[in-house]
Amino acid sequence: MTANAILTAFLTIVIREIRRFTRIWPQTLLPPAVTMTLYFIIFGNLIGSRIGTMGGFDYMSFIVPGLIMMSVITSTYANVVSSFFSMKFQRSIEELLVSPTPNWTILAGYVVGGMARGLGIGLIVTLLSLAFTRLQIHNLPMMVLTVFLTSALFALGGFINAMLATKFDDISIVPTFVLTPLTYLGGVFYSIDLLPGFWQGVSMINPILYMVNAFRYGILGVSDVNPYVALGMILVFIVILSVVSLRMLQRGKGIRS
Amino acid sequence: MTIRPNQEAPATWALEIEDLRKSYGSGFEALKGIDLRVQEGDFFALLGPNGAGKSTTLGIVCSLVNKSAGKVRVFGHDIDTDLAGAKLNLGVVPQEFNFNQFEKVFDIVTTQAGYYGIPLRKARASAEHYLKKLGLWDKKDTPARMLSGGMKRRLMTARALVHEPRLLILDEPTAGVDIELRRSMWTFLEEMNRNGTTIILTTHYLEEAEALCRNIAIIDHGEILRHTSKKELLNQLHVETFVLDTEQALSVAPALDGFETRLDGEGAIEVDVEKSQGLNGVFAQLDEQGIRVLSMRTKSNRLEELFLRMVEDNARETEAAQ
Repeated sequence: MTANAILTAFLTIVIREIRRFTRIWPQTLLPPAVTMTLYFIIFGNLIGSRIGTMGGFDYMSFIVPGLIMMSVITSTYANVVSSFFSMKFQRSIEELLVSPTPNWTILAGYVVGGMARGLGIGLIVTLLSLAFTRLQIHNLPMMVLTVFLTSALFALGGFINAMLATKFDDISIVPTFVLTPLTYLGGVFYSIDLLPGFWQGVSMINPILYMVNAFRYGILGVSDVNPYVALGMILVFIVILSVVSLRMLQRGKGIRS
Repeated sequence: MTIRPNQEAPATWALEIEDLRKSYGSGFEALKGIDLRVQEGDFFALLGPNGAGKSTTLGIVCSLVNKSAGKVRVFGHDIDTDLAGAKLNLGVVPQEFNFNQFEKVFDIVTTQAGYYGIPLRKARASAEHYLKKLGLWDKKDTPARMLSGGMKRRLMTARALVHEPRLLILDEPTAGVDIELRRSMWTFLEEMNRNGTTIILTTHYLEEAEALCRNIAIIDHGEILRHTSKKELLNQLHVETFVLDTEQALSVAPALDGFETRLDGEGAIEVDVEKSQGLNGVFAQLDEQGIRVLSMRTKSNRLEELFLRMVEDNARETEAAQ
């Protein structure tokens, strides 16, 4: 395939993905907006007003970056895992497999499609947060880079989950039992300074802690970890998951007999 | 045993398969080293009973199934070294519906064109052309799940053709399609073939293979039993059974000199006629006996008779070998 043909195939996958999640917007775009608004009202306004400050900022300002990141992570992951697994389940993945689209283009198309939903929801949640607090931007490149790379990383995670899944239960296990606890314990609602020493150490092995803090650093300028180390870690994970995904595609894991 | 047709110096092979093998983890050997060649422009049938290895063979050609060993080339493009080149020349209509049931007909076809790198404007024009040809244009905005079974099958055909492949593979293209639609599909495929598209099909309707195809391979238990022209294959059928409906009801079969006769369950005469004998002798003797024939038909499809005989022979040989 020529470079132009590959670009067309890539855009076709991305556009189809965007068309899919916008067609079912009450299932994909509305729920995170409603959930995050409730978080802003309950945690930020009602409970936050009694908590006072955290990391030198009022509680609402402190939790907004984490909540934006949380919605980006869950939505990106959910988009890729559900879309790719549905294609496997309906066998419409064969449309792609019989075509000359290279494996890396298929992967890139799904990752960017998932990122489009995750970042779109991140934008919606950011706009909603403006109704509750004033956002300052401390380091724009850090903020943008963190949210883009994190989104790409969880799109890859969703892709691998979809490749390995054999039934619908398999696509909800990781989001429910891995992603949600790690996100809640990843410094979205608190600074790890509040934890006893042992639990601070335990928190440091949670990768989501680094992403939330790097993003918070981009917005507020405060972080529990070195944001540049966090960026480096995300990049390393992206490379590892990309290689794993491509190898699985090449071997046809779960999609070719 | 593999018998290959006379295949000297072809202009181009649309498909070449050499010693193709497929084994599964369970140890089951779905393909036991098959060889197959299909010439450019051919209308080719791959026939065999359920589980014979037809879909596995085509699945490997389309890269939906990983092969265990062997070579596959599509218009000279080896799927091991130039898979994209092979795929560009290939269009596939699978046996099972494999499109997103929630997408609209037009979107399914244009999206498929996009996967082949066809720019949107050209993809739309091509989708319109084939949807019109296959009588689906008025359904272009309908979600695929709302289509009838026959329409879904035509949608998959339009999708397979949108990038204008040189080789079209159809796995049971008319399964579940009513007679009228089947005939219109035949006409369409014949036109495609006349215009230069090489066609390979698998079918359970042997009448379909006899009507459409020039060359045939019969596969059973992962081995090619015959690979020859339809004409040559039909020449192997020495005796045909004809069924004659008569004006008057008969209680016993008339004796005809040189021919085996009997009555079927509905009182019609069944006559076994050897190729060398011809039918004139039958009619002359019936006329002499005052029996008036109203209509005549072959007892079964000729290819079907041969096919069943070969598959049964193969089953007996396999049993004996065990």
